Amino acid sequence: MSEKKKDELLHDHNHDGVDRRGFLKCMAWAGTGAFCVMKGGVLKSYSLSRVSEISTADMMGELSFVQISDSHMGFNKPANPDVAGTLKAAVDKINALSSAPEFMLHTGDISHLSKPEEFDTVDQILKSAAPKDVFYVPGEHDVLNDDGKQFLERYGKGSKGAGWYSFEKKGVHFIGLVNVMNLKAGGLGTLGHDQLEWLEDDVKHLKPSTPIVVFGHIPLWSVYPEWGWGTEDSAQALAYLKKFGSVTVLNGHIHQTMQKVEGNVTFHTAASTAFPQPAPGKADSPGPMKVPAEQLKSVLGITDVNYIQGKHALAVVDSSLA
Amino acid sequence: MRRSVFIAGLATLTLGTLGFGTGQKSYVASAQEKMSTMEVKIDNFSFGPATLTVPVGATVTWTNRDDIPHTVVSTDDSKTFKSKVLDTDEKFSFTFSKVGTYPYFCSIHPKMTGKVIVQ
Repeated sequence: MSEKKKDELLHDHNHDGVDRRGFLKCMAWAGTGAFCVMKGGVLKSYSLSRVSEISTADMMGELSFVQISDSHMGFNKPANPDVAGTLKAAVDKINALSSAPEFMLHTGDISHLSKPEEFDTVDQILKSAAPKDVFYVPGEHDVLNDDGKQFLERYGKGSKGAGWYSFEKKGVHFIGLVNVMNLKAGGLGTLGHDQLEWLEDDVKHLKPSTPIVVFGHIPLWSVYPEWGWGTEDSAQALAYLKKFGSVTVLNGHIHQTMQKVEGNVTFHTAASTAFPQPAPGKADSPGPMKVPAEQLKSVLGITDVNYIQGKHALAVVDSSLA
Repeated sequence: MRRSVFIAGLATLTLGTLGFGTGQKSYVASAQEKMSTMEVKIDNFSFGPATLTVPVGATVTWTNRDDIPHTVVSTDDSKTFKSKVLDTDEKFSFTFSKVGTYPYFCSIHPKMTGKVIVQ
């Protein structure tokens, strides 16, 4: 692909106004999760489905963890009648990693309909994963009918508000945000005043050299507002993170991988362990993509990443597999 | 037992046909059709029709035909109606007893909006 050489936008969806200068994006029908390694304060993320191609040296860093997302336990439509099976397959890949990740992040839509048995099933499957600690943020499917009460009871211990929190691991500051509550008609994901205020306070005393990893369900950048793929007040959140040299934002929700670098911030969205969704604007709606049964595993399991490398220092993240 | 199931099925079919025919001609129901059920289909992350005009007393039924759950939640000041989460093929009905405009949305996918005008 000759466009790979260009230091400009990857226009892969008909110049629909999503892209802009300084934008770096990689997309793929994607794997089952992401292996993330922090090295020299910069986070690199690799699709689990291609992790066998990563050299041992590349997998070593100050800290490594795994992101999984959108397991949608309880979904049983043709796009994937066995979401438990594909989640187990993701766990198998995690357990096969030569360098054991320290913990896992789940970026929401654990369940499909917020049913207790759906959460139970995910908990049971994740028990067999090598990393014992899992940090969660809710997706909109996890807070149906009860304003997130059940989610908080199960996963929100020690969190604030609707389930936001932060923690430190080996000098890296992790921030779990909730942007799926109190959504307004016609709008996008929302963080809300209370959470923004907490965030400002949470990072105020950190040194600018502290690497920051933010994780939340709905993308914190405008992937495709027409389908609600963005967060109303994310700009305010990112403004509080301006002073930091390395900020990584990990999201789910859109069931495909995308990356973008903007200034000091690298944005990633993770694939679903359950079913793929169409690329922005490539279908009538963002509903599940149906693929023939014999192809499903390959859609979920194989990543074909096209990289456009920018000149920005951080633009090399994710490039190693290209 | 079998017969009663058959009759119930037939009745549903008749009502469904009536509702569909009404929708085809015009979304404004006549006085004679006052008690008929008006339908909104949820397809491809949108409400169809997005604007539905009905007479006072009409019952509107929403049916989710997507593979993804949706809700029907009114956004007028008094929050007139709010469905539970509707999984595929599940329905929600509400009877409108007062004249007015009732905007609503899917609280899971807030880009999905619609309105019912009661005359």
